[in-house]
Amino acid sequence: MSAETAVTGTFTPRPGAAPLGRMIRAQAALETRMLLRNGEQLLLTVVIPTLLLVLFSAVDIVDTGEGRAVDFLAPGVLALAVMSTAFTGQAIATGFERRYGVLKRLGASPLPRWALMTAKTCSVLVTEVLQIVLLTVIAFALGWSPHGNPLAVLLLLVLGTAAFSGLGLLMAGTLRAEATLAAANLVFLLLLVGGGVIVPLEKFPGTVRAALELLPISALSGGLRDVLQEGAGMPWADLGLLAAWAALGLGAAARFFRWE
Amino acid sequence: MHAEPAVAVHGLVKRYGPKAAVDGLDLTVAAGGVTAVLGPNGAGKTTTIETCEGYRRPDAGTVRVLGLDPLADSAALRPRIGVMLQSGGIYAGARAEEMLRHTASLHAHPLDVAALIERLGLGDCGRTSYRRLSGGQQQRLSLAMAVVGRPELVFLDEPTAGLDPQARHATWALVRELRADGVTVVLTTHYMDEAEQLADDVAIIDGGRVVAQGSPEELCRGGAENTLRFGGRPGLDLSSLVKALPDGSTADEPAPGSYRVGGTVDPQLLATVTSWCAQNGVMPDRITVERHTLEDVFLELTGKELRA
Repeated sequence: MSAETAVTGTFTPRPGAAPLGRMIRAQAALETRMLLRNGEQLLLTVVIPTLLLVLFSAVDIVDTGEGRAVDFLAPGVLALAVMSTAFTGQAIATGFERRYGVLKRLGASPLPRWALMTAKTCSVLVTEVLQIVLLTVIAFALGWSPHGNPLAVLLLLVLGTAAFSGLGLLMAGTLRAEATLAAANLVFLLLLVGGGVIVPLEKFPGTVRAALELLPISALSGGLRDVLQEGAGMPWADLGLLAAWAALGLGAAARFFRWE
Repeated sequence: MHAEPAVAVHGLVKRYGPKAAVDGLDLTVAAGGVTAVLGPNGAGKTTTIETCEGYRRPDAGTVRVLGLDPLADSAALRPRIGVMLQSGGIYAGARAEEMLRHTASLHAHPLDVAALIERLGLGDCGRTSYRRLSGGQQQRLSLAMAVVGRPELVFLDEPTAGLDPQARHATWALVRELRADGVTVVLTTHYMDEAEQLADDVAIIDGGRVVAQGSPEELCRGGAENTLRFGGRPGLDLSSLVKALPDGSTADEPAPGSYRVGGTVDPQLLATVTSWCAQNGVMPDRITVERHTLEDVFLELTGKELRA
């Protein structure tokens, strides 16, 4: 044996993990490609928000209050874009990765679990940037005139992403993949209607409205609208609500997530 | 040169609910060879392998892989091992080459991806997504992912299940080359010929324990005794043959003109039989040595009833 192993062959062991930065970049790039290649995911993250923005801005279907419809709709659709990627898309993709043993196999690779989650977050953020650029360009073409503090917008988007990621991962890590697929789409639809995205929450009766206002989507769409449409200052109440959802969702996901 | 075993499992117990999937299992894998783990379905093969890979926490016993604890020392161990799961492990939408390149990028000194793809005959499916690959192509991609990081030790869980003969032989050739280049291989299989062809060491698991371990030759020798048969004219007097044979050997004539010699069939015994034939003017019209195969040994140890 010793004489053979002294000779260097193709497979002669030379183990070692790649540098962490390289692993995370590679993983984030792969996850982003998987997402952009998936037709159903693109429907959810790009086509539906774009259609809603264009359709409801052009046609007077929902009474969006005073001012131009696009000024009301753009912040809501931005919130929807964040939810579609951080929650729905991430939940479905991660649920099937778990089902198909992808998470399991990666668990035996040199990539640490925290680095895998970091890569997933990077992939979500890259996708959101692409969505926001696209939706912003369309909104401007429709005559959008945003106001407000860009830092407040950024904070809302980041905390919204954290809140939705936590809830999406909680769902993906505890339910069967098929159940996650169904539930994530259902929640997307319900929150689209009842989360102040295109339908103003004022349209709902008082008690229902009070409950709906506690949802993360309402906090995100409401906060973005206060800043971008009304030019309000820092929306502390909405930021606080999103932070609470983020702590709850990420905490529960960390506690209950099953990798297999 | 390999003083330390690649894998050392002592008294491993793993329960799922009330049932113990692994029940006090001991297994030692020498570094630098190919060890085949055989066993009926539900014997505890995959649970044992997955405990070594760090996927399962033992309920009792100790597991050391390359001298490390698979759970506590996971970060140090993972770069040094290659893993091929029984199924899955790959993004449904990923392309074969893309997935292999990605796995390579997680390692410091990976193999040349293009050469490995060529080697495993995956050249035609570089752009095909995983879910559209044939079962055999999926298996080979999974195998390639297990070795691309140049590990010291690879765990292959049923690497040739469902492969056609060409792909099986390609996989066998790769395993032999891994061994020649100093990689330790632990594989599970249902194919006895695969174990006989590839393994330096075979561990037969049943009911969550190792019931036999040794080289294929040792196991075949150690099982039921072998048989030599020859044909001659009917009604020969075998008493002088039995006297000439080593103690414990038998000789009889189960059918007229068809003789059977039982015992440790080695070259010496064959010479004894042929010289007895020469002394007695018997021209054997055929002589066959029936060796016990690993399959015989396996069925003897694990029974013939069907498992779950």
